[in-house]
Amino acid sequence: MILYELISFDTLRVIWWLLLGVLLIGFALTDGFDMGVGALLPFVAKTDVERRIAINTVGPVWEGNQVWFILGGGAIFAAWPPLYAVSFSGFYLAMFTVLAALILRPVGFKYRSKRESAAWRNGWDWALFAGGAVPALIFGVAVGNVLQGVPFRLTDDLFPMYEGAFYAKFLGLLNPFALLAGVVSLAMLAMHGAAWLALKAEDPVAGRARRIGTVAGLVAIATFALAGLWLAFGIDGYRITSEVAANGHSNPLHSEVARDVSWLAAYSARPWIAIAPILGFLGMAMAVMKLRGDGEVSALLWSKLGIFGIISTVGLTMFPFILPSSIDPKSSLTVWDASSSHQTLFVMLVVTLIFMPIILLYTAWVYKVLWGKVTEADITGNSESVY
Amino acid sequence: MEFGVVELSRLQFAMTAMYHFLFVPLTLGLSIVVAIMETVYVMTNRPIWRQMTKFWGTLFGINFVLGVATGITMEFQFGMNWSYYSHYVGDIFGAPLAIEGLMAFFLEATFVGLFFFGWDKLTKVQHLVVAWLVAIGSNFSALWILIANGWMQNPVGAEFNPMTMRMEMTSFFEVLFNEVAQAKFVHTVSAGYVTASVFVLGVSAWYLLKNRHVELARRSIAVAASFGLLSALSVVVLGDESGYSATHSQKMKLAAIEGMWETQEAPASFTLIGIPDQEAKETRYAIHIPYVMGLIGTRSLTREIPGIDQLVENAEARIRSGITAYDALLKVREARGDVDEETKRVFEEHSGDLGFAMLLRRYVEDPREATEEQIVMAANDTVPTVWPLFWAFRLMVGLGFSFIAVMAYFFWLASFRGMRFPRWALWFAVIIIPTPWIAAELGWFVAEYGRQPWTVDSVLPTVMSVSHLSVADLLITLAGFVTFYTILFIIEMGLMIKYIRKGPYMDVKETENWMARHEHRLRTHDGNVPVTMPAE
Repeated sequence: MILYELISFDTLRVIWWLLLGVLLIGFALTDGFDMGVGALLPFVAKTDVERRIAINTVGPVWEGNQVWFILGGGAIFAAWPPLYAVSFSGFYLAMFTVLAALILRPVGFKYRSKRESAAWRNGWDWALFAGGAVPALIFGVAVGNVLQGVPFRLTDDLFPMYEGAFYAKFLGLLNPFALLAGVVSLAMLAMHGAAWLALKAEDPVAGRARRIGTVAGLVAIATFALAGLWLAFGIDGYRITSEVAANGHSNPLHSEVARDVSWLAAYSARPWIAIAPILGFLGMAMAVMKLRGDGEVSALLWSKLGIFGIISTVGLTMFPFILPSSIDPKSSLTVWDASSSHQTLFVMLVVTLIFMPIILLYTAWVYKVLWGKVTEADITGNSESVY
Repeated sequence: MEFGVVELSRLQFAMTAMYHFLFVPLTLGLSIVVAIMETVYVMTNRPIWRQMTKFWGTLFGINFVLGVATGITMEFQFGMNWSYYSHYVGDIFGAPLAIEGLMAFFLEATFVGLFFFGWDKLTKVQHLVVAWLVAIGSNFSALWILIANGWMQNPVGAEFNPMTMRMEMTSFFEVLFNEVAQAKFVHTVSAGYVTASVFVLGVSAWYLLKNRHVELARRSIAVAASFGLLSALSVVVLGDESGYSATHSQKMKLAAIEGMWETQEAPASFTLIGIPDQEAKETRYAIHIPYVMGLIGTRSLTREIPGIDQLVENAEARIRSGITAYDALLKVREARGDVDEETKRVFEEHSGDLGFAMLLRRYVEDPREATEEQIVMAANDTVPTVWPLFWAFRLMVGLGFSFIAVMAYFFWLASFRGMRFPRWALWFAVIIIPTPWIAAELGWFVAEYGRQPWTVDSVLPTVMSVSHLSVADLLITLAGFVTFYTILFIIEMGLMIKYIRKGPYMDVKETENWMARHEHRLRTHDGNVPVTMPAE
């Protein structure tokens, strides 16, 4: 079995770095709008029927969308085991908070309308709000921390250790830059959720969503710009100072890393990557325009493009770093030293190439079947089968 | 026992996994039961079968969602709590988890929404296909998770790479077709089918006792008893297959389950019951059945099954070999692979025992500095505590055989006695609803507790697998998960009971339409007035 020699190790590493991006973006584009709907729920829908309309726009699809998140976890485990090991244990309590919020969500969707009591339904509405807003915020906070470097180092056995007591580790995550990144993420997904509601619901829910979505989009644009400036002038970037062994062993300690450049150095080395932030701004701005007009479908598509641009910006700015260390730069994880073995990357690529097109096909079919607005009659006429 | 990070991490994993597995078996089985019912509906066009599909589908949905919710934790807590494990074996273990997402989770999760929301948007056959895709997706996810778990029990198709300090995959096909994984897969899904059958049987029996929804209940019992009988037989047969494969892969687990301290002459006898005494290294008051253990374990009358004492001696030898491997590993790692042939040869010869040297980490930082006493202690650590395994296994097997009896009895009543169920039998069916869950949790306990002191058998000790966390971190999350999951569990049970009490949703108009059509059809065929058909 040396089939895997067909594609060189460094090529596979770059492919899997791209696939990591595809998964994160796929997650933000699909699960992103149902987290956005959750975060907007108390503001766009006032009565019980309105809330049920908002919930039922995502009712049949959130489960499939959420698999992007689960698959993201699994694929990082399979393709980037050190990243999986270091990040989830390093962000331990933040991860716990995200999991708790994400666990509330499925239960909230399914159980909310199974009892008549107003207190019961109100309680689940808040659970759905938390299940949307908290992860959206924390994912951004996590990215903000990654850009600043995470306080970990690897022992000679490659055992990851962290600095600081547990509460300091948790509160330390909530620093100003990270919170700003959190706001970018929350505003971006809220706007995405609003674009979805504008498409799938009718007035008054759709109208409120358009208004709130416009504001969220503007906030996303402003904070994204601010975060870019802050990153350019306030936060040091990383570079590999030893010779890059792109086909080398996955051992981060084999390379030397220094923290003496600007993150923007990436843009002078590879000017074409500026396309990513441009798409981010363009997508968000056009989505805001369309939401103010009546381009429902195009607002959602522009919003998708904006999210694609914003997430790509982070990845391209950091390349080849994936998880830099603030206390021991040498331990930083990069594309060249934090992947799985050549064979595993190859096997996983084959499996992905087989299944991803099938998944996209049947997902598209399901969305086609469910095409159309969710109306009040859908809710009141089918109270047994809808959420 | 002192509760440090290792013990708390184990407790948290056990707790979250066992909670998760309260919901999984019912999902596995009920998805198929519902798809079978819908198949009958599509083939016969009788509304009663559509009602059954919808009714059991509602209960399936209430249960499914908690399986999904508690499953989220499972995907991430390897990284959160077992970061050295994730680094050390992620190259192999991560792959089935990712493939599970690609092949199974997407399928079941994408179509489960359509199952509930698509009744008016799809044709009958389309909806039926959706129901089967949900069932297939659920069952595929069990396949991949058991391939992952099977690898922890029997780590094939991988070798240690000194440069990356981890296990790396050498053959995907060996990981895939691991005999332990395959036997465990069929054993586990069959257990899920039994769980669903007992659940459907019990709930239907309760309806019959209350004289409610009789038509639905009787048909449901017919499905549950026949599906359950086949599944219960399959659980026991494949459980035996698991035992057979454990003979070569996990001898210590097998010996501990048997409370077999000394190697017996072949063919070994099976200890039906007894009281294992860890300190005296004997099983008191044991009742033996001659030959049976040898037959289960080796499928022969001539091969020996090693006892615990002999396995401890083997472990001691492997620890010494592992120390040699560790010494060579440090040399290879220091020189980044650029070492003389002799060191390479020594490392390759002993690297299979490296994990045994790591057992010493509990006592000494550098295994090469271990004293004789520490080596003996580490060898003794390879013996799991015997009595919980011994009893959990016997209770599980006892339950497994009794499911065959219950299902066979109800199958016989349903098929040959015109569904005249005695009231005591119906009550019995209601009372035993929780037992398949008990059996399944006991099964996981035997599999995982019996693997100790390893996370990956003979490769990585549990004490080395954890993350760099504080006891405070773990106490917060453990308390959080217990509280949170318990509240969700209570809410779930409340809704289950509410919807069972409420009974099936009657689509009156649809039933009337069907009755009218059916009457018309019968009239045009033979002119007789039809017997009343479906409703209650």
